[in-house]
Amino acid sequence: MDALACTGRVVGTAVGTISLVDWLQLCGHFLLLSFAAIGGAIVIAPEMHRLMVTQTGLLTDAQFSASIAIAQAAPGPNVLFVAVMGYQAAGLAGAAATLIGIMLPSSTLAFAASRWSSARQDWRAIRAFKAGMAPITIALLVATGWILAANTPGKAHLILTAATALLVWRTRVHLLILIAIGALVGALGWV
Amino acid sequence: MAQDPTPLARPGSLTELFTAFTLLALQGFGGVLAVAQRVLVEERRWLTRDDFIEILAIGQVLPGPNVVNMSLMIGDRFFGWRGAAVALAGMMCVPTVLVLILAAIYMHYAADPAVAGALKGMGAVAAGMIVGTALKLAPVLRGNPMGRPASLAIAAIVFAGIALLRWPLLRVLLVVGVLACAFAWMRLRAQDAW
Repeated sequence: MDALACTGRVVGTAVGTISLVDWLQLCGHFLLLSFAAIGGAIVIAPEMHRLMVTQTGLLTDAQFSASIAIAQAAPGPNVLFVAVMGYQAAGLAGAAATLIGIMLPSSTLAFAASRWSSARQDWRAIRAFKAGMAPITIALLVATGWILAANTPGKAHLILTAATALLVWRTRVHLLILIAIGALVGALGWV
Repeated sequence: MAQDPTPLARPGSLTELFTAFTLLALQGFGGVLAVAQRVLVEERRWLTRDDFIEILAIGQVLPGPNVVNMSLMIGDRFFGWRGAAVALAGMMCVPTVLVLILAAIYMHYAADPAVAGALKGMGAVAAGMIVGTALKLAPVLRGNPMGRPASLAIAAIVFAGIALLRWPLLRVLLVVGVLACAFAWMRLRAQDAW
C-alpha cells in the first residue's frame, strides 16, 4: 500500500495519475468492499474512509467529505460518491477504478439473484421472503429519511423535511420543484 | 392485491428503457428512489407498488446500491440480460459524467455559504422525499399474508432499531428479517393448506 500512498494526490485540481499496479490495487480494494455494501454503498463509507484517508492518504478528510456532498448535490444514484472519491484521488482513471470495483460484484450478484428468484416465484420460500421483507423495506426507507434529517445540525430544516414528506405522500407535485425550493430556502440561509 | 385499476404498460424498446432510466436518474437529487417510485409506478406504470416493493426488498438484502440493483432487475424483467445492461447504463452513464464535472468545479465554490446552504436545503428535501415515498408505498402491507398488525409491528421494530437505537443494518436484516420471513412462511403454509 505504500506505493499507492505516493501516487495520485494533486491537491486542488484533482487531476492525478496512477500506475497500472496501483490502479489494480485500488480497484481490487473496492471490489472486495462491494460485497459488504448491504444497504447501499454509503454503509461502507467508514471503511472507505479508513482505506482512502487513513491507510493510503489518497484523500484528505476534507476531500472525503466533499465527495459525499458533491454526489448528493448532483442528480443520480448516491453511489456516485465513490466515483468522485476515485476522481479526487487519481483523476478519471481513479474514478473508473473505484466505480468499476464497487459496481461489478454487487451488480453481478443482483443479476443472478433476480434470475434465480423470478424462476422460482411460486416457491413458498420466495413468497415468504417477499412478504416478510415488505414491512422491513418500508421501515428502512422511513429510517433512512429520519437519519438523514437527524444527522443535520439545527432544527429549521426538519420543517422542510416534514413538509416535503407530506407533499410527496399526499400530492403529485413534481419532485424537481421540491428540490429547487430546498436549494432556494437553503441558499437564503433559512434552514 | 392489485390496487391499480388500469393494466400495466411495458417499455417498447431498449432505447425507451435507457431513456427512461437516464431521465429518472437525472431527476434524482439526493437519491433516486423517490423519483423511481414516481416514474416507474405512477407515470410509466411499468410496475405495481407490490412489484416495486418486491424488487426493492431483493435489492436491500443484496450488497450494492439499491436503486442500481433495482434498475438492473427491472431491465432484466423486460428484456433479459440486455435490458439489465441497458437499464444499468441508463442509471449510471450520464449521471457519472455530470457528477465528475461537478466535482471538477466544486472546489471553487465549496466555501460559499449560499452553496453550502443550498446543499443543506436540498438534503432536507431529499430526506423528506424518502419518507414520503415510504408512506406512499405503505398500503401494500394491507395485502400482506402476515396480516396488518404483524406487518406494522415488524416495521415499527425495524424503524426503532435502525433510526432510534442505531442498530447495525446487517444485524437487523439477519434477526428481524429471518424471523419475519419465517413467520410469513408459516402463514403462507396455513393459507396454502386451505
